Amino acid sequence: MNHWKNFSKGFIKDNPVFVLFLGLCPVLGVTTTAINGLGMGLATTFVLTMSSIFVSLIKNFIPDKVRIPCFIVVIATFVTVVELVMKGYLPDLYKSLGLFIPLIVVNCIVLGRAEAFASKNGLLSSILDGLGMGLGFALALTILGAVREILGSGSIFGIKFIPGDGILVFILAPGAFLALGYLIVVMNLVKKRLY
Amino acid sequence: MEYIVIIISAVFVSNIVLAQFLGICPFMGVSNKVPTAVGMTGAVTFVMVIATMVTHLLMQYVLIPLGIDFARTITFILVIASLVQLVEIVLKKVSPPLYQALGIFLPLITTNCAVLGVAVLVGQKEFNLLQGVVFAIGNALGFGLALITFAGIREHLELMNIPKGMRGVPIAFIVAGILALAFMGFAGIV
Amino acid sequence: MAKKESNFKNMVIALFVVSFVASATLGFVYELTKEPIRLVEINIKNNAIMSVVPEFDNNPSEDMIRVASGRDSLTLYQATKNGELVGTAVETYTLKGFSGLIKLMVGFAPDGSIIDIAVLEHQETPGLGDKIEKSKDKFSLQFQGKNPADFKLAVTKDNGEVQAITASTISSRAFCDAVQKAYDAYMSSKN
Repeated sequence: MNHWKNFSKGFIKDNPVFVLFLGLCPVLGVTTTAINGLGMGLATTFVLTMSSIFVSLIKNFIPDKVRIPCFIVVIATFVTVVELVMKGYLPDLYKSLGLFIPLIVVNCIVLGRAEAFASKNGLLSSILDGLGMGLGFALALTILGAVREILGSGSIFGIKFIPGDGILVFILAPGAFLALGYLIVVMNLVKKRLY
Repeated sequence: MEYIVIIISAVFVSNIVLAQFLGICPFMGVSNKVPTAVGMTGAVTFVMVIATMVTHLLMQYVLIPLGIDFARTITFILVIASLVQLVEIVLKKVSPPLYQALGIFLPLITTNCAVLGVAVLVGQKEFNLLQGVVFAIGNALGFGLALITFAGIREHLELMNIPKGMRGVPIAFIVAGILALAFMGFAGIV
Repeated sequence: MAKKESNFKNMVIALFVVSFVASATLGFVYELTKEPIRLVEINIKNNAIMSVVPEFDNNPSEDMIRVASGRDSLTLYQATKNGELVGTAVETYTLKGFSGLIKLMVGFAPDGSIIDIAVLEHQETPGLGDKIEKSKDKFSLQFQGKNPADFKLAVTKDNGEVQAITASTISSRAFCDAVQKAYDAYMSSKN
């Protein structure tokens, strides 16, 4: 697989959220606004890329039987780094994302890519795979966040364009499921046209 | 009395799947058949309760006294991963058919955000050990309720005529949304 | 390239090395971010205090006292100007919110009347309970200048003088509960 294909597959063809249906918990939980979705997406991309780098580097030194615990330790370390950095430098985002920041460690995408790709491929491929999947994830989160924010609060990235409230159900729990369900249908159509 | 409040709140009002969005992956993945859903609930309950107990004790008597509570994430996930390994080994010996039915989803309990999420929430809500355990049981029951109800609905959906673009995951999400809407009706009973 | 063999010695070494490097990294990042995190936490506190008491020139975080409240205790921050007490900010909470915990910072004037109230934390329903926030609705403004000694801190449904948020009686009640707690703690601190 050439490098561009490797990198870009995470955007549409193998989008982790809309196609592979991985890492769904934060997708529903933090996408009440576009900026939260984007913030979470980028935090996850950081963890995913750094973990892929390290897993790819150490893959030949780790015995097979203990590879999962080792991957988990690597991933958890980067998640904690993100937690601490956010707490100190991005307190508002830290408060908005709340519980879902430590939950990056159990995001199926991160462990999934480490196991399926980084542990079997070279450094450059792993970096591109991690970055691509992460950015695809961030893209999905931002789109869902934007949809929910526009419909539910009448604003986009914090800029309100209608007075008062929007269709509130979209920033509540049911709206997350509904918005995601319909977005998947749209994405399937897009995928069909492009591939 | 307050324990009843904790349970009702965890099962209905703040249902772990339909209101807190934790445990979505298994919720989508294991809910096509009711018996599998029941088995998954059992396994998750066991892991969730024990994980909550162990992580709570670790937090109180090791992490906080030593001033390393920033290592919470890494410690919690290692405890959970070990517990899941344990369940796998026990289940293989005790009930091989259930082990087979759960398949890949058993190790996936490790990455079940609900388990780690509940462990973290117990710390945030500052429950004591007994309250934490009750909370964990409540959430596991809530997970089971959502999962089994959803499985029942999905079994019926299989027999229906759904537009092609919506079959499978999309319609599942939309149904989940309606289920979540229904559960919102429980809000305010405690 | 051949993978390392899964014998006991290799597994232990691998786990040990990975854990060691991870711990070292974490310890390092922790030390790096300790100061910014501490500053952020103080900042959040001070901003909340500043929004509910008049201008002061001391550091309320250092002039704080804890007062018993039921089975728990609340923290009171005293704001002084030129050595004279200008206001006391009480960090209070209630668990009776629609979605549980609501944390407030209530500013009391020396005579016991409420200067202002800021919402620190809540999980109330958007569009309904979240109207306790000043930015969303005028609900919290009705408390300004009122003295709980003669202003009944309960919603009109409960024979009080507080206008509840429409369709959000529970959130309104919880808000009153937190403010009452704060007042009780403030009064008991004066004795």
